Amino acid sequence: MLKITNLHASVDGKEILKGINLEIKAGEVHAIMGPNGAGKSTLSSVLAGREKFQVSQGEIEFNGKNLLELSAEDRAREGIFMSFQYPVEIPGVSTVNFLKTAINEIRKYHGQSSYPPGDFLKMIRQKMELVGIDNKLLNRSLNEGFSGGEKKKNEIFQMAVLEPMLAILDETDSGLDIDALRVVANGVNKLKRPENATIVITHYQRLLDYIVPDVVHVLYDGRIVKTAGKELVAELEEKGYDWIKEEVNRA
Amino acid sequence: MDNIIEEITGSEYKYGFVTNIETETIAKGLNEEVIRTISAKKEEPEWLLEYRLKAYRKWLTMEMPCWAQLDIPEIDFQDLIYYAAPKQQEAKDWEDVDPALKATFDKLGIPLTEQLALAGVAVDAVMDSVSVKTTFKDVLAEKGVIFCSFSEAVKDHPDLVRKYMGSVVPYTDNYFAALNTAVFSDGSFVYIPKGVRCPMELSTYFRINARGTGQFERTLIVVEDDGYVSYLEGCTAPQRDENQLHAAIVEIVVEKNAEVKYSTVQNWYPGDKEGKGGVFNFVTKRGICRGENAKLIWAQVETGSAVTWKYPSTILKGDGSVSEFYSVAVTNNYQQADTGTKMIHIGNNTRSRIVSKGISAGYSSNSYRGKVKVAKGCQNARNYSQCDSLLLGDKCGAHTFPYLEIENSTAQIEHEATTSKIGEDQIFYCNQRGISTENAVGLIIKGYAGDVLNKMPMEFAVEAQKLLQISLEGSVG
Repeated sequence: MLKITNLHASVDGKEILKGINLEIKAGEVHAIMGPNGAGKSTLSSVLAGREKFQVSQGEIEFNGKNLLELSAEDRAREGIFMSFQYPVEIPGVSTVNFLKTAINEIRKYHGQSSYPPGDFLKMIRQKMELVGIDNKLLNRSLNEGFSGGEKKKNEIFQMAVLEPMLAILDETDSGLDIDALRVVANGVNKLKRPENATIVITHYQRLLDYIVPDVVHVLYDGRIVKTAGKELVAELEEKGYDWIKEEVNRA
Repeated sequence: MDNIIEEITGSEYKYGFVTNIETETIAKGLNEEVIRTISAKKEEPEWLLEYRLKAYRKWLTMEMPCWAQLDIPEIDFQDLIYYAAPKQQEAKDWEDVDPALKATFDKLGIPLTEQLALAGVAVDAVMDSVSVKTTFKDVLAEKGVIFCSFSEAVKDHPDLVRKYMGSVVPYTDNYFAALNTAVFSDGSFVYIPKGVRCPMELSTYFRINARGTGQFERTLIVVEDDGYVSYLEGCTAPQRDENQLHAAIVEIVVEKNAEVKYSTVQNWYPGDKEGKGGVFNFVTKRGICRGENAKLIWAQVETGSAVTWKYPSTILKGDGSVSEFYSVAVTNNYQQADTGTKMIHIGNNTRSRIVSKGISAGYSSNSYRGKVKVAKGCQNARNYSQCDSLLLGDKCGAHTFPYLEIENSTAQIEHEATTSKIGEDQIFYCNQRGISTENAVGLIIKGYAGDVLNKMPMEFAVEAQKLLQISLEGSVG
C-alpha cells in the first residue's frame, strides 16, 4: 500500500529525515517509536503533505500513485488520514458539519454524489456508538473547549467516519489518561480491516499495550535504525532508547 | 499562506454591469438652483423645498468629518450629478415597465413580477434617483400597511412624512445628513399601523447605474404601537473606474411594544484589486425606540464599497426598550470600513446587545467604532458588546474603538473583544480531511460569522453567506 524509498526531508533548511525506507501492506499495523527529536512527527507531516516540510530526495508511493505529487487534500481524498497530536479548534463549526463538508468533498473527488443527508446522520450515529463518543461533543464547535482526551476521541471518531485506507496516529497517546487511552485504542482496533493499514507513532509503550503492532520500527536521527516484531516494544520499554543510540553510533 | 490568501480573495464583482437605458440627468454641480430643480421635478410641496434649502445652507457651513480611520481623497461636490432618472417613471403595471429595467433587476436576482417574487417578500426597486417599481402594494394596503417610494409618500401621505421626517436624524446631525436632506431623490417609506404585524418581509433594492451621479436616498419606517415589520435593504452598483458617492439616511420610529428588524446586505462596488474605483458609502442610520418595550434589531452584512462610514444607532427612550446590533463587515484589497453602532440608553431598564464581526483581507482596513451611552437619569441599563476581528493575511488592519459614556452607576456594561487570524494550522487540518483551502476558509468564516448570519431573514441568510465567500474569494489561506 505504502512504499517509502530513501526519503529525505527538511524544515527551514534543516534536514530532519535522512533516508527513510519503509513498506506497509494492507491489513498491517506498524508502530514507529523513537526518542524525542528523532523525526517521528516530521515523517507523519511529510506523509500528510504539510507544505513547510520540503522533500529533497526519495519517493513515496501510495496505492500505485506518486504521493509527493498530490496536494494535502488530494492525499486525504486518496485515503490518508492523520490523527493530529494537537487537533486545532474551529469556532462556530460543529464536528458534524465539518465532517459533512469533508466527506462530500471526498465523494466529489471520486465522482460520487453528496451523501444523502438522512443516511449521513444514520452513519454518524453508528460511528458514534462504535467509538463511544458523546453526541453533545459533536454538536459543539470543533475541538473548542474540548479536553485533551475529548480532542483525541474526536480524532478517532473522524477516522471512523472517513474510513481511510491508511491511518497515521501521531502521538495520539500524549496527554491521555488511561480511560481515554482505552477508548481511543478500542476505536482503532474496531476499525481495523484487512484492506486498511495503520501507522502508530509514539514515544511510549502504553498505547501499544492496546493496539498490538505487527511490525515495530525505531526511528533515530532521521533514519529507521531497527525493525522487528512486537517484542521490540517490551525491550524498548525496559531498556530505553540509549542502547539503540549506542548501537547506531558504534556502527 | 499569502498566495493562498490572494487566490481566494481575487474573485470578480458579479454586479458590475451597466444598463443601457435612456436617463434623464441634470447638469453637474450643487447650488440652490439644483435643489429647486430636484424639488420641482418631484413636484414637491413648498415646505419640503424650504426644508431642503435649510439643510443645504447648513451643509455649506459644515466640514467633512475626518475622525474616522479612513483615508478618503477629497470629494469635489461640484463635479457630481445630483439627479438621474431612468426616463420611464414608476410603472403601475408590470407591462409598462421598460424591458431594460426588468432585465436589470432580473440579472440582479430581484424579480419584480409578483408571480416570480420570493415568497413573502415585497420589493421596492430604486435605480439611481427614482423608485422603479414596488411590488405587493395592494396586498399590503389591505392590512393598512403603507409601503411605497419616498416620493410617493410625500404626495399621498404628506402628514406622516412631515411629522416623522428628520425627527430621528435632523439635517443638522452631520455633514452627510445635511447633504442628503438637501438633495435626496428617492427611497422607501414604510408605515405599520397600530397592532399590525406586517404579513411579509419588506425589501428595498438600491441600484446605482448612471455615471458620475451621487445616490442620496432616504428611508423612513414608522411602526405604531404593537406593530411589527422585518425590512431588508440590498444594494449594488456597476463597476467603474471613478468613485461614486452614496450618502443615505435611514430613520426608524418604533412605538410602544412594537418591533422592527432592519437587515442590510450591502454590496456596492468595492473597487478593483488595485483600489481603483468603488463606492464611497456615507450613511446615517438611526432608530428611536420611543415607546415602552419597543424593540429594534439591526443586522448587517457589509461586503461592498471602497469606503464605508456607517453607524446604525438606536436611541432607547422608552422604558424597557431593547436594541440589538449584529454586523459582519468584510474588507478586501484596498477597501476601508469604519463601522459600528451607537446605543443611547435614556429610558429605565433598557437593554442593548452588540455583536460585531470584522473580517479583513488584502491591504484593507477594517475598524469597529461603537458607543454605548447611559444617560444620567437612566436606571438599570444593560449592555453587552462583543467585537471580534479576523485577519486573513498580514497586510490588512483591524481596529476597535469602543466608547463608553456611563453617567449612571446602576448600569451594567460588558465588553469583550478578540482578534484572531485564520491559521495555517486550521487550513492544514481541513486539507488533511479532504477539504480544499477555499472551502476551508469558507467554513471557518461561516463559523466565525455564524452568530450574525443567523440573525438575517431566512430568505437572505444563504445569499449573505455566499456573498461572504465570494468577497473573500482569492484572498484567504
